[in-house]
Amino acid sequence: MDTVKEIKKDFFINMGPQHPSTHGVLRIVLNVEGEKVLSSETVLGYAHRGVEKMAESKTYIQMMPVMDRFDYVSSMLFEWGYVGALEKALGVKVPERAEYIRVIMGELNRIASHLLWVGAFLLDLGAFTPFLWVFDARERIMDMFEEVTGQRMTNNYFRIGGVKDDLTPQFFKMLQDFLKMIRERMKDTEDLIESIIFLERVKDIGFISKQDVIDYGLTGPVARGSGFSYDLRKNEPYSVYDKIDFEIPVGEKGDCYDRYKVRMKEVIQSVRIVEQALNLLPDGPYTEKSPKVVKLPEGEYYNAVETSRGLLGVYIVSDGSTKPARFKLRDPAFSNLSILDKLLPGNKISDVVAILGSIDVVIPEIDR
Amino acid sequence: MEALSGSIFFNIILSIIGVMVVFTINALFAVWLERKVSAHIQLRLGPMEVGFHGAIQSAADGIKLIGKEIITPKGVDKKLFPLAPYLVFFPSLLMFVVIPFSDKLQVQDLNIGLLYFFSISCIATIGIFMAGWASNNKYSLMGAVRSIAQSIAYEIPIILSILGVIIIAQSLKLSDIVAKQNIWYIVIQPVAFIVYIIAAIAELNRTPFDIPEAESELVAGFHTEYSGMRFAIFFMAEYTNMFLVAAMATTLFLGGWRGPILPPVVWFFIKTYAIVFLIIWVRWAFPRLRPDQLMNFCWKFLLPLALLNLLITTFLLKLF
Repeated sequence: MDTVKEIKKDFFINMGPQHPSTHGVLRIVLNVEGEKVLSSETVLGYAHRGVEKMAESKTYIQMMPVMDRFDYVSSMLFEWGYVGALEKALGVKVPERAEYIRVIMGELNRIASHLLWVGAFLLDLGAFTPFLWVFDARERIMDMFEEVTGQRMTNNYFRIGGVKDDLTPQFFKMLQDFLKMIRERMKDTEDLIESIIFLERVKDIGFISKQDVIDYGLTGPVARGSGFSYDLRKNEPYSVYDKIDFEIPVGEKGDCYDRYKVRMKEVIQSVRIVEQALNLLPDGPYTEKSPKVVKLPEGEYYNAVETSRGLLGVYIVSDGSTKPARFKLRDPAFSNLSILDKLLPGNKISDVVAILGSIDVVIPEIDR
Repeated sequence: MEALSGSIFFNIILSIIGVMVVFTINALFAVWLERKVSAHIQLRLGPMEVGFHGAIQSAADGIKLIGKEIITPKGVDKKLFPLAPYLVFFPSLLMFVVIPFSDKLQVQDLNIGLLYFFSISCIATIGIFMAGWASNNKYSLMGAVRSIAQSIAYEIPIILSILGVIIIAQSLKLSDIVAKQNIWYIVIQPVAFIVYIIAAIAELNRTPFDIPEAESELVAGFHTEYSGMRFAIFFMAEYTNMFLVAAMATTLFLGGWRGPILPPVVWFFIKTYAIVFLIIWVRWAFPRLRPDQLMNFCWKFLLPLALLNLLITTFLLKLF
């Protein structure tokens, strides 16, 4: 016992791929000293299916339902991005009624996605009740989707030149009921959530600066939480968003609380959009006649939409056949997740789940 | 029977049976109550199928857990791993000994009852640490370490808060404390009551202080590797401790079994379950604190508050 061995104080914790709060099969290797995180490494690949390669062996129409399987909580917004790229390529004009239906469905999907996030985020922080409060509201959206599209989650509702089915009278009734209750429910939930413990947990945690937003290519509520006002619906309006009055909520400091607040405000803004779109909804056809066999002219096509997590870019290279020569997604959650390893060091283990939760990742979208 | 009734063995056997009955019924009822209360807070109905409004659901769950295979994972400490649940569980049973359910219903009215109660409650922490250590799992170990830190921190405000009561009652004997409460001590010692309830929730490892078993961070904390009946024992111990903490709050602050018209036992259970309800309510309303915040809250706020309360109590007592 003449030499004293150097005592190693740090050790590794494997958070995931099977862990309650990594929201799927994400693996984070944490190097910790007691409760403090020294460094982290995010490991992907547990849900990799090679969908981008798969797309090259599928026709454009066969690819449509696959789009739902990326971000399964805001699937319609992903369909929108893909269908928009095809429409650009084919030069199809979408009827106005279809555009408004798309806006209504897209925004409802955004609300559903944000509600799920709020619930899951609070679950990560240890509060169970808000999860079920928002799920009651989300359930109504799911019922509306089922009424119109026949599916609750992977809807496969968008078509080239319009949507699959027209909105039903029952849908309008359900939507009115939903719009009546959602504001009050959001207020109640906010009152329940924002206790002093919650504020202690999320304030001044996981700062993202404006420069980080640009450096890491962050988009969506994560970017807007840092005061970076960028929303495709406002900055490069597509569809009929230029005819609708809404605001882009932004945060100030860029901590977890700001990201939470931005999402809560976005829900209310989406409700406003749905209300306006409902008033503006014109009569007319809900879909254009689309070709039976879709062949894109040779060239490169790109379309971007704002999903609930940020900017989704769909990039298609066509060689003139019925299948894409190259298919690539620029998805929001992948870029947003890239900043995680920068945010974690120096924080406590409990903050890891708060920061990861506030970034809002959906694994099948990241691991495609 | 005549000869037996006076003997000490008869009393011991009767006491053991009594404690086991109270323990079992409480565990079943408290789990059911928690599920029902949480369900109604969360816009749900909770268990409805088994029995009237799911009344025997917890019994059904218990039977299911008994039927499960006892799994001892590879790499665990073969001796400590099975032992740990019992070390958490037995202190809960032992703590029943001094609880005065009524003026007559008390296993043993020790003259150091209060001291006994709180010393026994500390033993469970060793069991929790044993479970975390023996599991050979980092999550378990972290949960156990957190639990130790938390227990040490929160034991102090608990003791300090009840010191106020002891000073007023001039006794550690629980029957004396109840007898002296012509005015409930919650009126005389409101701060002590609040400190006691907060620290007790922390002792119970329940939200917002459930960091040792924070399921979103540490999977299940110290009982990650436990399953079947061993897990159920941890679970029952938790609910029994909840009852005991509430029973002690009733005895110390709410006048114990005393009350008009209804028999004392009924009063005792009404008051106890009111506190249990409060603890459940808190759990389903708040998120969880971070370990360092929890420590800050204890050392920088709760402890000074308890000390201040003690100071004022002694000062006023000397004055009048």
